[in-house]
Amino acid sequence: MTTLTDAPEGQFRLSMLLSDTRYRSLTLQAIAAIALALAIFYLGNNVAKNLAALGLNINFEFLGAPAGYDINQRLIEYTSQSSNFRAALVGILNTLLVAFLACTMATIIGVLAGVLRLSNNWLVRKLMSFYVEIFRNIPVLIWIIIIFTIMTAVLPGPRAFRGDDATSSMLFDAIAFTNRGIYIPAPVWGAGSLVVVLTFVLSVIGVFAYRRYATKLLYDTGRLLPMMWPSIAIFFVPTLLVFFVMGMPIGLEYPELKGFNFKGGIKIGGPLIAIWFALSIYTAAFIAENVRAGIQAVSKGQTEAAAALGLRSGRIMSLVVLPQALRVIIPPLISNYLNITKNSSLAILVGYADVTATLGGITLNQTGRAIECVLLLMLFYLVISLSISAVINVYNNAIKLKER
Amino acid sequence: MKKSVIFGAMTVAGLAAGAAAAGTLEDVKARGKLNCGVTTGLVGFAAPDANGEWEGFDVAVCRAVAAAVLGDGSAVEFVPTTGKTRFTALASGEIDMLARNTTWTFSRDVDLKFTFVGVNYYDGQGFMVPKELGVSSAKDLDGATVCIQTGTTTELNLADFFRANNISYEPVPIETNAEAQQQYLAGACDVYTTDASGLAATRATFEAPGDHALLPEIISKEPLGPLVRHGDDAWGDVVRWTLNALITAEELGVTSANIGEMAANTNNPEVARLLGTEGNLGEMLGLDAGWAKAAIMVGGNYGEVFAKNIGEDTPIGLSRGLNAQWTNGGLIYSPPFR
Amino acid sequence: MSDQSTNSIAFVRTQEVPSMPPPYTAAGPIRWMRENLFATPLNGLLTLVALYFIYAILSGTLPWIANGIWDSPSLAACRDMLDGASGACFAVLTERWHQLLFGFTYPSDIYWRPTLAFVLFFFAAAPVLFFDLPRKLLVFTGLFPFIAFYLIWGGSVFTPLLALVGVLAGYFVYARYVASNFAVGFLGGIISAALVWWLGGFVIPEHEITEGAMRSVPSRDLGGFMLNMMLGVTCVSLSLPIGIALALGRQSDMPFIKYICVVFIEFVRGVPLITLLFVASVMLSYFFPPGSGVDLFIRVVIMITLFASAYIAEVIRGGLAALPKGQYEAADSLGLDYAQSMRLIILPQALKISIPGIVNVSVGLFKDTTLVSVISMFDLVGMIRGPILASTEWNGVYWELFGFAALLFFVTCYGISQYSQWLERRLATDHR
Repeated sequence: MTTLTDAPEGQFRLSMLLSDTRYRSLTLQAIAAIALALAIFYLGNNVAKNLAALGLNINFEFLGAPAGYDINQRLIEYTSQSSNFRAALVGILNTLLVAFLACTMATIIGVLAGVLRLSNNWLVRKLMSFYVEIFRNIPVLIWIIIIFTIMTAVLPGPRAFRGDDATSSMLFDAIAFTNRGIYIPAPVWGAGSLVVVLTFVLSVIGVFAYRRYATKLLYDTGRLLPMMWPSIAIFFVPTLLVFFVMGMPIGLEYPELKGFNFKGGIKIGGPLIAIWFALSIYTAAFIAENVRAGIQAVSKGQTEAAAALGLRSGRIMSLVVLPQALRVIIPPLISNYLNITKNSSLAILVGYADVTATLGGITLNQTGRAIECVLLLMLFYLVISLSISAVINVYNNAIKLKER
Repeated sequence: MKKSVIFGAMTVAGLAAGAAAAGTLEDVKARGKLNCGVTTGLVGFAAPDANGEWEGFDVAVCRAVAAAVLGDGSAVEFVPTTGKTRFTALASGEIDMLARNTTWTFSRDVDLKFTFVGVNYYDGQGFMVPKELGVSSAKDLDGATVCIQTGTTTELNLADFFRANNISYEPVPIETNAEAQQQYLAGACDVYTTDASGLAATRATFEAPGDHALLPEIISKEPLGPLVRHGDDAWGDVVRWTLNALITAEELGVTSANIGEMAANTNNPEVARLLGTEGNLGEMLGLDAGWAKAAIMVGGNYGEVFAKNIGEDTPIGLSRGLNAQWTNGGLIYSPPFR
Repeated sequence: MSDQSTNSIAFVRTQEVPSMPPPYTAAGPIRWMRENLFATPLNGLLTLVALYFIYAILSGTLPWIANGIWDSPSLAACRDMLDGASGACFAVLTERWHQLLFGFTYPSDIYWRPTLAFVLFFFAAAPVLFFDLPRKLLVFTGLFPFIAFYLIWGGSVFTPLLALVGVLAGYFVYARYVASNFAVGFLGGIISAALVWWLGGFVIPEHEITEGAMRSVPSRDLGGFMLNMMLGVTCVSLSLPIGIALALGRQSDMPFIKYICVVFIEFVRGVPLITLLFVASVMLSYFFPPGSGVDLFIRVVIMITLFASAYIAEVIRGGLAALPKGQYEAADSLGLDYAQSMRLIILPQALKISIPGIVNVSVGLFKDTTLVSVISMFDLVGMIRGPILASTEWNGVYWELFGFAALLFFVTCYGISQYSQWLERRLATDHR
């Protein structure tokens, strides 16, 4: 109808702003823009009035002031005299650390559980679905608390290692599992250790080169070289040889019980382990579901065709099923990584010094600068999430191109 | 009130009355309830009992203020706050006063713009260790793992103390007292540190309190007291003098038991002024003449409140120590009612 | 053939030999075990590991549960009764169950009110969840929010009544005008509802009507599992319309509107819920007009609703994208305008296929409501971490309490996710 009575150009009436499709979208957007501006003005005005009434202001000078508190786990130099900004930086690095560790472990557990859920073994299958259901249906907050409690209750304190009637002992006299963390030996770098390390790096490169060569040979000539044993040999033999030839330059520093705690060695703190383990095992249940769905999405004909070609079941998995399943698995996998990063903010419950605990916890608490701290906190998570989203998009585009 | 809140939210809070804030005192009177911020649970100071009734030393201050202003000690809405939310809750007007074992410090007073109206408990940060460790002084704690209950100025004092003595430690900051205590009992930390009163309260709940010792060092000054917003001095005066009334009452021997008798026939002019039978102190505050009497009637004078909630006959078993009246060598001292 | 076999040959079977039973190793439970538990050596090993694992867990927990003490005034008394044996102190649950479920300040004589609301909730949710039920039941679903509000918060009956009248007025205006123009109907509906509330606000407080009033409960007194349920249900239902609007906005041709929606969705999905809850607890009150004093419950509902709506918007966007393009084109070719085609053609289908996704988001959100315990609200986890573990009687009971909380959440969430799977199967067959 409108097409018949289209008004000639130039005769603009006000009602056309809404009824004419040429102008309507502009009108609506203008209305939206005005509404948004009004809302922002209204809220901003309220904030300004409230803060003025209280005599408060928003400023970020506190970031430069000394933080005044200590942090038990730090990846960069930090003392109680460092600034609040540096404390936040320590927290950020700790967040990234636990997120990275938890993503790795969640992937391993998740893939394992997802594959086992499709196992022929009835018992294992049931056990895995039980695991998946129980972890997916109970809040992560409760899991973190439960796992933290289990850890402190089940593992012995350092006191149990002390004295003649010690109730606990160290594994191989080298590793101590305590409820404050796990202590492992630390390497001590002597003279000539550089050569050993270099050899090791070279042999790792060698392993990859060999596997590449074997694959190329397989595709070109059809000859199948053994993969596993040569790889292992290349990996270990040269390094060990050089190690002994150089006169064992790398030693180990064993943790020892001194005073209240174990000294020496490397300590992986209890809070880190608790949040790491809790996040991994919780998210792994979701990843297991994705993996199962991904594998099941590959049609049975593919598996059967591969079997008909005479491939063994391990190769069917690695050469035929997994490459196809990955396309389904990876996008939700990355969003699970995103969830791990966001859920790591719950580290506050176990006393792990992530960014929510330093910037959004003690700093906020001690300076009382709530608005500033919360804004910075959100900004940090936003940056991380957007970066991960960008990765997802790149990946999605990449597999889109390959599809047809 | 409730209605307007609900509808305010429904209509996106658009039409909510933006009337300039009247004084807090008028607000409280109009509302008929005092909104008082307390902790989420620290036995002895503020914790709900099995029936959900809040009780404790800080709670008693809230009730006394409610009684002074509204004549009813139960007209209090207790708002549990964490270390993080307490200052915003007070600043934004969600609560009228904060009685949450909060330390009076320079920056909180000046920078965060709060008025501390007095001190109801002189505390200090202490350490608790298992006796089997054989530690007798906090200076022996080199290398120890320390569980900290975050919230007051604990983390900062601890860092200062260890830095000043040039010894090292591993801090484990824990949010709630219950979780910190579980860590401590499981041996995940050697030492537990928080305000000495909190340590005593915590130790009282252990299975074997005798196995744990409080170290002699008190590493900080923690004057804990109720606070209000800057800029509303009338309301600040009400809270300040209610607290002072409780303290003065103890000094003058006015208790919840003998208050009626004291009010009727006293020769002491200060008692008469306090209880409103003489002078017009209540009127000056904008309250009834019997405001202080009502405040004291709720839970008794300062000494009674102390004895009932955290005193030596309670499981917490704190002695008066610094918190004795100045006449007994303590620091509890109220300006005169005149 | 049959002649020959009977006459000329001396020994011929006339019937098939009845088949022998399979050897006992290839039949019954043994066969099943061979196939399902010990098919290969590796499989056998896995089975043994799994069996040991199950044994280890059960041998630890079963005696503990069986020895449980259900009646004791405090943990110390309970430990005395156990006398060193391993056993649970479930007495904390029998003693404090009401706090775990309703929070510690909800008046105990009116527990029937939230319970009734909870039961009614099933009747209200049923017609939404099961398409086979008569559509008229949806009327009750529409009434439920007002009934539930009245039951849980109490106060004057006129508050929910007024709200209901406002909504009804809005609905009638909408229904009257929507046929001619969606925008007029929609805006008219909102304006008339707001008008009724505004006018009603003048009428009611003046009279202070106490008839029909139930004891009013401030929202600060809500707690326990009830608080988790309420936050979950309220925020999911509020976030649905916002989510739909955001999803449509994100698909819109208008760049500015699309831009706003994208920024909002990505922002909310990019930050952890806990920071949004920090906003609710420490910042949001500054955004309201001075002196309005919006209470914490409402602030938390606002933030969780915003959070949920971003996730629901993404689910619905998936549903919109999954619709065949022909549906959009068919709607256009019928000459329907945007509002009509969305309302009558696109959304009913897109929403239907989004329901499993929405249910999954809801389960996740319901689990996330436990985070409010971090900002000093006494939900189920907050009750445990706060008042109960801080009390002198029950200081040190962990497993029983957290086990109970885990059980409650498991039952609820597992139930919902089973429903979602059932629905997914059903929708899958509907499409064939």
